[in-house]
Amino acid sequence: MSGRTYVSAKINGEQMDFLCEPRQSLLEVLRDELGMTGSKEGCNNGNCGACNVIMNGVLVNACCVLGVEAQGGTIVTIEGVASGEDLHPLQRTFLDDAALQCGICTPGFIVAAKALLDKEPDADEARIRHWLAGNLCRCTGYDKIVHAVLDAADVMRKTPAKV
Amino acid sequence: MQAIEYIAPASLAEAIKVLAHHGGAARALAGGTDVIIQAREGRRNVSVMVDVKHIAETTELSLSPDGSLRVGAATSCARIYDNAEVARLFPALIESVSLIGGIQIQSRASLGGNLCNSSPAADSIPTLIALAATCEIAGPGGKRSVAVEDFCTAPGQNVLQPGELLVALTFPAPKPHSGAAFERFIPRNEMDIAVVNAAASVTLAADGSTFESGRIAMGAVAPTPLFVKAAGDALAGRPVSAATIDAAAAAASAAAKPITDMRGSAPQRTHLAGVLTKRVINKAVERARGA
Repeated sequence: MSGRTYVSAKINGEQMDFLCEPRQSLLEVLRDELGMTGSKEGCNNGNCGACNVIMNGVLVNACCVLGVEAQGGTIVTIEGVASGEDLHPLQRTFLDDAALQCGICTPGFIVAAKALLDKEPDADEARIRHWLAGNLCRCTGYDKIVHAVLDAADVMRKTPAKV
Repeated sequence: MQAIEYIAPASLAEAIKVLAHHGGAARALAGGTDVIIQAREGRRNVSVMVDVKHIAETTELSLSPDGSLRVGAATSCARIYDNAEVARLFPALIESVSLIGGIQIQSRASLGGNLCNSSPAADSIPTLIALAATCEIAGPGGKRSVAVEDFCTAPGQNVLQPGELLVALTFPAPKPHSGAAFERFIPRNEMDIAVVNAAASVTLAADGSTFESGRIAMGAVAPTPLFVKAAGDALAGRPVSAATIDAAAAAASAAAKPITDMRGSAPQRTHLAGVLTKRVINKAVERARGA
């Protein structure tokens, strides 16, 4: 029945126009329509955080947002976290601290952690653990992830932010 | 998900017109953290999603000079707990909205959505009842008001008729020497559905020694969130003492009619109803004495 709807949104700093069906989630739109497969589908019901993106400045599960709701909005996905060839401090510390095994949850964790550190650069371990409660990892046991976020926060406090 | 139509009205009048036109096939879309998943999984039959986030009345968060509060139904949990003045005056509300899901859920999920989803275990509803909040509902026939304790009718069901929209929740200003609190029991620290939850609001005499009134509500102990009038009545006019609070907790346990499921057994829930009631009353008293 309902056809495709025209949507215009700023994704990772770039104005993008696309067509999508109203029933498609933002996650489906990113992956299937725009070819941005960094955001992962884990549970597809708002529990695991693997599809986390920052939409209009707040952290959301892209599986719980309709693609058409992005109209006029601003979205940051894992593809927009690095600056060209330069990895974001979080991407660097996740590698250095071996904070991933299978890697499916990693984009979500990095986007979620970025949303926290952009807002609260001095977040402590308790705050980080609380903030990341909506991201599930079945491999690492979380300790290495939390340490990677703490290490990235340290790096980010010492280096001026690149926006 | 089945094919749907998406409409984003810019005014309340337009939203009511669209909802009335599509009747039972239409659902309001606020944060979408319940309704999108339910539509996708075929648990709710939705063919029209009416996005109510572009309407002034459903997105406002306003505190009157007298301390009464109006929360547009589509206002997110995060917007509520990020408001320092609301947090100062309504700490029980903050306790509820800051443990609905994780951060990702809280940044989208709305207070009105939590109520309209009408889960027996919803984490905001006992607090709304304890705080004597009122639902402002608009429909083709005009506006009406419903007390939150009368809103839910069965698991996932409520008094909204096709074409009607929950516009806002309104809260009376906290009285002098009053306090409120919310607690939830879950077997882990975050991201879980209540085994039992409870909220209390109490008003004390000026010297803090006697209860003037109290309102107690619980979740996950009946098919709908439960207003336990008898528990509040057990407080009114009595001294603030362990014996009085025990009597209110006993009334709460007696009112609980829980089921046994994967989250807990009926006897455990009945026990928890009393334990949580005692805790939230004690915390509410502490806050009332500090107020």
